[in-house]
Amino acid sequence: MLHAAYLLPLLPLAGFVALAVIGRRLGDPWAGWIGTAAVAASFVVACIVYAGLLQRSGQGRVFTQVLFSWIPVGGLHVDAALLVDPLSMTMVLFVTGISTLIHLYSIGYMRGDEDYPKFFLYLNLFVASMLLLVLGNNLVFTFVGWEGVGACSYWLISFWFGRESAASAGKKAFIYNRIGDVGFLLAIFLVFSKTGTVVYRGPHGIFAHLSAFGPGARTAVCLLLFLAAAGKSAQFPLFPWLADAMEGPTPVSALIHAATMVTAGVYLMCRINPLLSLSHPAQVVVATVGAVTAFIAATIGCAQDDIKKVLAYSTISQLGYMFLAVGTGAYEAAIFLMVAHAFFKGLLFLGAGSVIHGSHDEQDLKRMGNLRRYMKLTFVTFGVAWLAIAGIPPLSGFWAKGDVLTNAFARFPALWAIGLLTAALTAYYMSRLMALAFYGDDRWRAAVGDRRHAGDPHESPWVMALPLVVLAVLAAAGGLLSLPWHPASVDPLRWLGPVFGSNLYTPRQAASTKWVLSIVDAVVAVAGLAVALRWWVRRPDHPALEPVALQRSWYLDDVFDAAIGRPGHAVARFAAEVVDRVVIDGAVMGVARLTRSAGAGLRKVQTGYVRQYAVGIVFGMVALLVYMAARAGVVH
Amino acid sequence: MSVDPKFYLALSFALFSIGAVGLLVRRNVLVMFMCVELMLNAANLAFVTFARKLNDVGGQSMVFFVLVVAAAEVVVGLGIVVAIFRRRRGATADDFHLMKG
Repeated sequence: MLHAAYLLPLLPLAGFVALAVIGRRLGDPWAGWIGTAAVAASFVVACIVYAGLLQRSGQGRVFTQVLFSWIPVGGLHVDAALLVDPLSMTMVLFVTGISTLIHLYSIGYMRGDEDYPKFFLYLNLFVASMLLLVLGNNLVFTFVGWEGVGACSYWLISFWFGRESAASAGKKAFIYNRIGDVGFLLAIFLVFSKTGTVVYRGPHGIFAHLSAFGPGARTAVCLLLFLAAAGKSAQFPLFPWLADAMEGPTPVSALIHAATMVTAGVYLMCRINPLLSLSHPAQVVVATVGAVTAFIAATIGCAQDDIKKVLAYSTISQLGYMFLAVGTGAYEAAIFLMVAHAFFKGLLFLGAGSVIHGSHDEQDLKRMGNLRRYMKLTFVTFGVAWLAIAGIPPLSGFWAKGDVLTNAFARFPALWAIGLLTAALTAYYMSRLMALAFYGDDRWRAAVGDRRHAGDPHESPWVMALPLVVLAVLAAAGGLLSLPWHPASVDPLRWLGPVFGSNLYTPRQAASTKWVLSIVDAVVAVAGLAVALRWWVRRPDHPALEPVALQRSWYLDDVFDAAIGRPGHAVARFAAEVVDRVVIDGAVMGVARLTRSAGAGLRKVQTGYVRQYAVGIVFGMVALLVYMAARAGVVH
Repeated sequence: MSVDPKFYLALSFALFSIGAVGLLVRRNVLVMFMCVELMLNAANLAFVTFARKLNDVGGQSMVFFVLVVAAAEVVVGLGIVVAIFRRRRGATADDFHLMKG
């Protein structure tokens, strides 16, 4: 059963190839069904492999499948090999599962788009890249998936590249990711120079040669990989691209935020847990950056008017939580939150897509209102996700976030406080979104009034509704994956234990402490929720609560523009106007001018009279004779 | 009894100078051409003289090369001269300055 693992990335890849060859001929909607089928088949294979893994126990659950020898160069030997273990399978299950739902949803959402087949082609390649990233058994193979994910995100974010903003958002995502990729590459080089291998596990793996790293090298590798993870997972200060990535079609946002791409950074940090656990400084950095990102992004989310931007900043904030957990050493909590987040964030984006689709491409929250009367199913499912992310018990978000915060409380109390504050903000901004979109007055009437195909907001077709329902069930019940009082044998997520082993941070906390912390979480969430509903349901505008600094995301884009953009522009302008025009053009034109003026001077010598040439020859000959005579000593 | 080589050299110098000066001062193409021949033969005389003096056959063999070059030059040069005279009668060398820069 485990040997079917190679089919996991192969099936979406086959879907990609099939769509590339015959996608245009299939057209709308068959190309979509082909793409969906490829990913769904991959999900089925994932379930089979998962079942095969469950039959084994302990270290038997680590299975390596070597596909072929990829780079055998001197001391460097890299296989194209898949690592199937509880961690990678957890990722594969939710990546393929949620991607299938998103594909299904896209069949309805993208209907009528002129590049319909191309959209599914990119989606399939995206999923295939993500699966390679997750399943790679060495850093280099993971890097292939890492880059594939980056490239696909670029294509998909700028899918509607006819729009200037979409094209530049794609470029922005790509450049931010490249910054992180530099860290990844340097980390690979450093690891190889220290250990001579790039494989994660096994007798010849990196984790078997941990003693080869000095304390400095350990921290350096961890921080370089964290740079990569911060780029991919949008951590401070590399997060602005994720908000701009909203320019892509909404299913792409769902795919990037829930299933693929941004979770890659968290996965990478969990994958290198034996190394990370040895470096206390790196852990502190990861946890601090995570907590700070969570807080900053949550504050920005409070003041955004675009429904997708609110969700984007909430993703950044939740990713911050995950990194807080990773830094704490609570890898299980990070994965738990990642899975739960995949459920409710996928649901939120698909719900937002349904809202946008139903209200004729309107994204401004201030021009929505009272949609619950027109889109009942979307309202109910979106509501589940809202309560889940806000951390209302007993939905999945409450358990996952509680797990993160409980561990943080034991190890980094200061960061726990930031996390708790962020939890309140999370409940607040999500409730604000909910209040503006689904409650209040029918503000969309005034906005929509003069549009041509205006009509009442309508519910979406079944291919879009079905994923919403499935995800709503998962978002509600996701907490069952890892309840605090579960016995280890039953708990589905505790099976990650062998992967993390003794690196897992397990605080000794009294049951009463856990209860108190959980109650505090719940109280904070309810408080945030109540405040937001009280303020925002009746009135849609509170300028005091939306300061410009937050609307412009703490001026981070302006800071980057001033610190990097404008100096870069000045350098480019200097190169164009001074270096190119004066130095390079000057040299080229100078040679030409020199040749021309020399020719103009020398042409006077060419008189055309034979005797003048003869005179020249004679004088030359005489001069030569005199010179030779002087050399010979005849003339003094 | 052999003649002192310096007389041969003096004769060679005289012939060469006559040729060079003639080339410079005369305008008639045919005469200039003859002056060139004079200079070549002056050089030949010097070659032979030194060959005798130094007892080296290299100088004499060099004369043959010069003669071959001179013969080739006569063929080409006379051809050009004849062509020129066909086009315009009594032309001097100064009339041909088409190659003026």
